[in-house]
Amino acid sequence: MDNQVLLEKANAIRADIIEMLFRCQSGHPGGSLSCVEILIALYYKVAKVDPANPSWGQRDRIVLSKGHGCPTLYAILADKGYFPREDLWNLRQIDSHLQGHPDMRKTPGVDASTGSLGQGASVAVGLALAAKYKKAGYKVYAILGDGETQEGMVWEAAMSAAHYKLDNLVFILDHNGLQIDGSNDQVMSLGDIMAKFQAFGFECKRVDGHDIDQIASAVSALVSGKPLFVLAETIKGKGVSFMENQAGWHGKPINAEEYKVAMNELKGTQNG
Amino acid sequence: MAESKSLRVAYGEALAELGARNGKVVVLDADLSHATMTSIFAAKFPERFFNFGLAEANMMGAAAGFAHSELIPFASTFALFGTGRAYEQIRNSISYPNANVKFGLSHSGLSVGEDGASHQSIEDIALMRVLPGMTIFVPCDPIETRKAVFAAAAIDGPVYIRVARPVIDVITREETPFIPGKANIMREGTDVCIMATGLMVKDALKAAEQLAVKGISAGVVNFHTIKPLDEECILTMAAKCKAIVTVEEHSIIGGLGSAVAEVLAGRANVKFARLGIKDKFGRSGKPVDLFKAYGLTADDIEKQCLVLVQL
Repeated sequence: MDNQVLLEKANAIRADIIEMLFRCQSGHPGGSLSCVEILIALYYKVAKVDPANPSWGQRDRIVLSKGHGCPTLYAILADKGYFPREDLWNLRQIDSHLQGHPDMRKTPGVDASTGSLGQGASVAVGLALAAKYKKAGYKVYAILGDGETQEGMVWEAAMSAAHYKLDNLVFILDHNGLQIDGSNDQVMSLGDIMAKFQAFGFECKRVDGHDIDQIASAVSALVSGKPLFVLAETIKGKGVSFMENQAGWHGKPINAEEYKVAMNELKGTQNG
Repeated sequence: MAESKSLRVAYGEALAELGARNGKVVVLDADLSHATMTSIFAAKFPERFFNFGLAEANMMGAAAGFAHSELIPFASTFALFGTGRAYEQIRNSISYPNANVKFGLSHSGLSVGEDGASHQSIEDIALMRVLPGMTIFVPCDPIETRKAVFAAAAIDGPVYIRVARPVIDVITREETPFIPGKANIMREGTDVCIMATGLMVKDALKAAEQLAVKGISAGVVNFHTIKPLDEECILTMAAKCKAIVTVEEHSIIGGLGSAVAEVLAGRANVKFARLGIKDKFGRSGKPVDLFKAYGLTADDIEKQCLVLVQL
């Protein structure tokens, strides 16, 4: 898919996210908007998946460890044809297969039930270790939030990924710098997060987290004998002016006025 | 007669035997393989054994990853650190997606002994019992431990096997069926039915002998499965006997006693008492001294039965 198409795709996905979250009057706009390009790079450029056969054994596994960003995942899965697009409008509603946080038993295409932060990192380690044990060639991509790295188990997972030389595993950090209570630095500084993953034994890369090409090339740059860490510098709320870089938009319902402004901005970009 | 052995040794041997038969079985441990005895499996199948170091949360999350990859992981550590420290990993990454993970967790209950309260898991059954879809086995002897391992592998979904540390005499037979969710009636009786689990089954049998000498007819039911619970057996015993006494090496809150009470409440008219650890922590000591101190001996069971029968 060429880049112009993917740029338009990013806008369309963002509009879907706003539509979903406006309709359900809950959910997490900021962190969904920040990981749009990361998931587009994976689903449209890098990962081997088959929407017609979601449980295809040789598929690459994608674990959205920052499960609250699932509106992005759902919009992409619908666009790829895993389920009808209309399903998106029932996000978080009773009897919807689209839960508030990803549920692998309900939603086709979801590889791990996540939402409790930190756990997706360990599940991804298990998936990657199992792939190595089975001598299967598929890769495992886990998308983590930056606040999420405050969870101790992320570092347990990191230690084990290096110990077992999981060179089929990629951790992608959606580094938007904000979490619920404020900036990472106000709440609990991450320090030099690149250096930390490097010290834990990862091959590390830093990219513009809204540049699909950069992301795609970085997450594909696995080296032998080491897991890969990709620090994606992102903007929380990216694409909607009044949400950008606002911690308050982590998990706030969108009102009718805000919805209109947001959609105008996104559709305007789409047309222009 | 089969030899007495520690249930953790029986667990490790059963894993190795299962591993030889089922290529999907892998074993995970958290730096306790020589205590949980998964070392027996590790020695035989080093490429199928994964040590996670002292990181139980990560081990449980990774176990889910193995299960999602069509393998059958058995994750082991001490019961307290598995069900306690990694509780939410078991809840959200294993139980919620019904991942096919088994955890054989050793050093459960007071019988850990000298290590004391910090290592004596007396709330693990309660913690696991509230998780939807969880199966809980509490084997009472080496033979049952082996059966529990094989039964766990045959179930599609999470299974907790509560493994005790001490050397235990064999009290069941090889030919005794081990059907998940079906309690084993080990002795018939009409005055009182002692419902026991794990290490307490042998003391329940001894108490029943002592009661027989006093002319009291005491039955003993072995609840090797706490979940799903054999409600039919409980209600049958409630109709047949004048009293029911539950016994477990676990807190009286949330374990077998609570589970039986939940079945009986509103449905049966029977005298009822629970024996277990009475809402307090354990402490260091030889297991035999601890069982005395916490009122969990055959004599204590006998006494409790007499009180109810004579009411």
